[in-house]
Amino acid sequence: MAKEKFITLKNQAVPIPNDNIDTDQIIPARFLKATTREGFGENLFRDWRYNSDNTPKADFPLNNGTYDGKILIAGKNFGCGSSREHAAWAIYDYGFRVVIYRFFADIFKNNALNNALLPVQVSDSFLKKIFALIENDATTAITVNLAEQKVVLPDGSEESFDINPYKKTCLLNGYDDIDYLLSLRDEIKHFELTH
Amino acid sequence: MVKSSEGYPDALYIDRHFIHEVTSPQAFDGLRKRNIKVFNPSRTTATADHNVPTIDQHLPIKEALSRHQVDTLRKNCPEFGVELYDLGHPYQGIVHIIGPELGLTLPGMTIVCGDSHTSTHGAFGNIAFGIGTSEVEQVLATQCVLQYRPKTMLIEVNGMLGKGIVAKDIILYIISKLSASGATGYFVEYAGEAIRNLSMEARMTICNMSIEMGARGGLIAPDETTFSYIKGRRFAPQGETFERMVEQWRQLKSDPNAEYDHMLKFDASDIAPMITYGTNPGMGIKVTDRIPTLEELKDISEQPSFSKSLEYMGLQPGSAILGQEVDYVFIGSCTNARIEDLRMVASMVQGKKKASNVEVWVVPGSKQVEKQAREEGLDKIFEAAGFQLRQPGCSACLGMNEDKIPAGKYCISTSNRNFEGRQGPRARTFLASPLSAAAAAITGRVTDVRELV
Repeated sequence: MAKEKFITLKNQAVPIPNDNIDTDQIIPARFLKATTREGFGENLFRDWRYNSDNTPKADFPLNNGTYDGKILIAGKNFGCGSSREHAAWAIYDYGFRVVIYRFFADIFKNNALNNALLPVQVSDSFLKKIFALIENDATTAITVNLAEQKVVLPDGSEESFDINPYKKTCLLNGYDDIDYLLSLRDEIKHFELTH
Repeated sequence: MVKSSEGYPDALYIDRHFIHEVTSPQAFDGLRKRNIKVFNPSRTTATADHNVPTIDQHLPIKEALSRHQVDTLRKNCPEFGVELYDLGHPYQGIVHIIGPELGLTLPGMTIVCGDSHTSTHGAFGNIAFGIGTSEVEQVLATQCVLQYRPKTMLIEVNGMLGKGIVAKDIILYIISKLSASGATGYFVEYAGEAIRNLSMEARMTICNMSIEMGARGGLIAPDETTFSYIKGRRFAPQGETFERMVEQWRQLKSDPNAEYDHMLKFDASDIAPMITYGTNPGMGIKVTDRIPTLEELKDISEQPSFSKSLEYMGLQPGSAILGQEVDYVFIGSCTNARIEDLRMVASMVQGKKKASNVEVWVVPGSKQVEKQAREEGLDKIFEAAGFQLRQPGCSACLGMNEDKIPAGKYCISTSNRNFEGRQGPRARTFLASPLSAAAAAITGRVTDVRELV
C-alpha cells in the first residue's frame, strides 16, 4: 500500500535530550491495545507528558509551548527495547516526520523506515550543535534533504547521513516492502518446494 | 535465502513464525485490505499471552480493550487458517516459552515474531529475531522478510560459575559490561565452558536478553544438551527422522577459525549475583557493589540520564543496594518462567515463608509449565511460603493486564526490562535471577543469595 512520499522537509524541531529512550517511554504497553494503526499520537511519551491525574506536565518539551515542529531531536540508542511498531506509529501520528538522533536501536529504525518516518543519524558534535541552536532559538528551521542525504542548519553548516539505497528509493516514492516481496511469490514457492 | 539481488535487501525465508495478540491485528488487516491469504499457514503459530489475566482465565477477560485484542486474534486465526493456542488450551503460554517446549523451535531454523524477545529461540542454534508489525504482515503474506546481513560478535564465558550464580547473572553481567546499546547492529554468538555447561532453559535465558544490549539476536551452537531437550517433544521430528535431523544439526557450529566483527571474553569466576539499580538493563551491578556515583561514570555525557534514572528509582548515587527493601517479587516472563526457574525458586523457599512486607507472584510461562509445577508439588511449596502461583502469561513483565506494580513500589523481578513504568506507571524494578528474587521474597530485602544457599 502506498505510503506518504518523503522528499525534503524544512521545519522546526522539538528536543528531548535523553539517551536510551526506550519504546516503553515512547508508547507505554497499556496503550498498545488498539487493533488499528491510528490514534497512538495521543499517548506519545504518555508518562513523561502527563501527570498521573492526566494533567499535562508543564515542563515537558511537547507541552511547554516553546517548541513545535515535525522534527524530533534526541540523544543515543533511541527506540531501544520492545519491537512495538506502535512507537513509530505514535511518533508519526503525533505529526513528526523525522527523528534526528545519535544512533538508533535496530528494530525501531526498521519500523520507522516502514512507516515513512525518516531516522537520521548524525555525529555527536553535529547533534550538540543542533541542540544549542534550538535552545538559543526555538524557531530554528532545520532542512532534511533525503535525495541529497543531508541535514542543513540555518547557518549553512550541514552534515550528510547514511541511508540504505533501497530504503531511500522506497521513501522517495512511497513504496512498501511488501510490494517487492509479493512480486517474488513464485520464487518463494519454488524455494519452499526445493528446500 | 530466497533471493539476493543487487540494490535490494535479501529476501530471507522464515521457517517458523510466532504471533500474539498485540502485534498481529494490524498485519491481518493489511492482508484483508490487499485481499490476500496467508502464504503458508502451517508455518505460523499463535498464542494469547501479553494481555491475558493470570487468574480466572476461564472467565471472559474483564478489561474491554484487552478482551477485544484477544477476540481479534480469535477471529483472525481461523479466518486465515493459523493454529491458535488460546486461553484454556493445554499448549497456551508465553510465545517464547511454548515454541521450544512444543518442539516447534528446532536448530538451524529462521524464526521471527513481532516481539523483541524472539532472540530466545537462538538458544537452539537459530537465526531468531524480533520484527515489527509491517514485517509480520510481510511474513504472513510471503513467508519472507527483507534483511541485511548483521555484524557478528562472539562472547565467550570461560570457567565455572560460583555457588548461587545462574544464567540470569551471566547475561546481566554481560549487559552491564556492554551497556544497553553495546551490541546494536550485531548478532551475538555465546560460547565458552560456562555457556556449554548450561541447560537449555538457562541458555534460553541468556539468548532472551540479547536484545537488552541492542543485539538483534543471540545464539548458541546446538549440542547433545540441545538434542536431548528436543527429543520426544510434541512437534519435534520423531524416531528415525529425529536421528537423521540430529546428524544434520551436529554440523551447525561455527568454524573454529571463524572470524567475527567483534570478540569478547569473560571469566565466569568474576560473575556474582547481579541486580539492576537503574532504568535500563545495562545499569546492573554485583549485588554487593555500590551504585556508581556520577564521577564514576565512564562517559560524562551520560550524567543527566543517570541522575534522572536514579531519581526515578528513589536511590542515591554511591549507596549500597544490599538491604534495600522490596514490596513485590515477580517470578515470570519469557526470561525466567520455565520449569527449571520455578524449581530453582522452590528449592530456595522450601520450608520457608515470605517476609510479611512483600507480595509474591509466580507466573508460569505456559500451561505445560504450570501443569508440571503442580505435578512436582511445587505449588504446595509456593503456597506454604505465601507465594501466589498464577496462570500463564506475560503478566507483570509489562503490565498490559491487571498485574501492575503500584506507583513508587519496588519490585524485584526475573523479567527482562527495568524501563520507567514498564511494570506499571512509576513502578520501580530491580532485575535479578530467580534465586535472588526468591531470596528477597524470604528476607523482604535485596539479599546476597550466596548467604542462603
